[in-house]
Amino acid sequence: MIEDRTISGRIFSAFNYTLLAAIALASFLPFVHVIAGSFTTNAELAASKFVLIPKVWSAEAYQFIFSTNTIFRAMAVSAGVTLLGTLLSILISSMMAYGLSRRDLDGRKPIMFAVVFTMLFNGGLIPTFLVVKELGLIDSYAALVLPIAVNAFNLIILKNFFQNIPDGLEESAKIDGCSDFGILFRIVLPLSMPALATISLFYAVTYWNTYLNAILYLDSSAKWPIQVLLRQIVVLASGIEYSSSLDGAVPPPDQTVKMAVIVVATLPILLVYPFLQKHFAKGALLGSIKG
Amino acid sequence: MRHAETTAGAMEHSLPMKAGRRGELWRRLRRNKWLYVMILPGLLYFLIFKYAPMYGLVISFQDFKPYKGIADSPWVGFKHFERLFTEPDFLQILGNTLILFGMNLLFFFPVPIILALLLNEVRVSVFKRTVQTLIYIPHFMSWVIIASISYVMLTMDGGIVNELIAYFGFQKVNFLLSPEWFRPMYILQVIWREAGWGTIIYMAAIASVDVEQYEAARMDGAARFRQIWHITLPAIRGVIVVLLILKIGDVLELGFEHVYLLLNSMNRRVAEIIDTYVYTAGLRQQQFSYSAAIGFFKSFIGLLLVMLANRLARKMGEDGVY
Repeated sequence: MIEDRTISGRIFSAFNYTLLAAIALASFLPFVHVIAGSFTTNAELAASKFVLIPKVWSAEAYQFIFSTNTIFRAMAVSAGVTLLGTLLSILISSMMAYGLSRRDLDGRKPIMFAVVFTMLFNGGLIPTFLVVKELGLIDSYAALVLPIAVNAFNLIILKNFFQNIPDGLEESAKIDGCSDFGILFRIVLPLSMPALATISLFYAVTYWNTYLNAILYLDSSAKWPIQVLLRQIVVLASGIEYSSSLDGAVPPPDQTVKMAVIVVATLPILLVYPFLQKHFAKGALLGSIKG
Repeated sequence: MRHAETTAGAMEHSLPMKAGRRGELWRRLRRNKWLYVMILPGLLYFLIFKYAPMYGLVISFQDFKPYKGIADSPWVGFKHFERLFTEPDFLQILGNTLILFGMNLLFFFPVPIILALLLNEVRVSVFKRTVQTLIYIPHFMSWVIIASISYVMLTMDGGIVNELIAYFGFQKVNFLLSPEWFRPMYILQVIWREAGWGTIIYMAAIASVDVEQYEAARMDGAARFRQIWHITLPAIRGVIVVLLILKIGDVLELGFEHVYLLLNSMNRRVAEIIDTYVYTAGLRQQQFSYSAAIGFFKSFIGLLLVMLANRLARKMGEDGVY
């Protein structure tokens, strides 16, 4: 399209570019502020009121948080849950999605309806808690994975993607004596890498960000994932809840320490983001439009 | 290939007519047995973690005791639902929930639409992509991270926002604990996290608009605003309606985690919503049946609203969601 040549068009453009740049900066600046703040001393943070670039650089906040193994342990829990959870979710979801993508499968419609219905109505917190408890999963890592192992939305995205793969490929594989599992793992999945990358990202982010299930189902603080620890260090310590909920004798952590913990919890997502970014916008659309 | 397949399919359907429909079905089931094996784990997931809890809602008509189980707990009819509507606390909480929903609809819902329209007017594609990259990021951050960043920036002791307020000679504001600031803070965080991500679907809808329409409009001398108003907006009306329906269905889904993270004893009066109340009453105070009843009420209203909104959309000549 050609750029607008009229005066009003140019004013609009100037305004538009400025506004969007401001919005983009505003949504990203808080992260930069926190990262910068984590790399300075608490005195500097309090004294110079900088937003982006500190005068004194220091890694003492990181030395402090890594001086005990609490953060390491929480990161390891989150990483393990994310890795195993994502693998399990992708496996279950792609098998189910492939089955449901086959038009010759009897019962496919009622099963799809049952899946979609869970997006409109759910049993809610208490009955789900009771089911998890009944299964004996309380205070186990499995409680962080199994209750969210399949996401109906992700399943539908995958199913739609599989449906768009030409049937001919599957037919000829079948003629060559390939089993249904063989078709899925040797033909359909390799052809669906963009969709799988997107869905893996969605699942991985969900597991990494797990907070609700952890506070619902975990009793022992040794099993806490990073999100729960982060909340404990930052949110609880900032408010008046501090004295009552943590041991009141310990002074609240320094501002720089809180920022360092935020950075540690955020970093993995910021690191994978650029690699997967090109896929996810398309992936998100596949599902939402066709439903 | 597709053609060959359909004829094969047609033959399959016509041949076993003699053998009877039962035999045909049985043959198909056997032929597809491995597909059913593939579906099984997922199916079990939905049965155990989605449908069993739905069945579990029957405890809202009982005085459920965990050690007795559903089978032996006494039935009490609508007792908990009656309590719900006579409890002054609950009306307050329902009010808080509805206010947050209203604010969501009013202050959040239009933002991705406006953002998408503005982004669509950008002709420098590098700029456009950079902006998109940056505004999608917060969507991938947990509410804990969003809330934590807000906390360290807004806190009275050393948060950058209050430091700047003080630097310019104003009184520091206790954003985190004051009831007046809870709602603006909530809605700003929702916008920060979700507005950018929300543009994706509108951008896709806009991308499908025929470029010739704009050229024709420009020939007729229509300015940018008129083009947006008369071409772009009508083109994405369907998407807007669908998303609005989904939003209305989610009327009571305001995000337990998000609100729970902002909730404290100072702002509880305005910040307690149905979800956080269910958590407190159910798990902290062990009132399983009562809080299950509240959850049931919430889910039921949500289902009703989505059906209602869908109907309304169809009456207005839109497609609806299902």
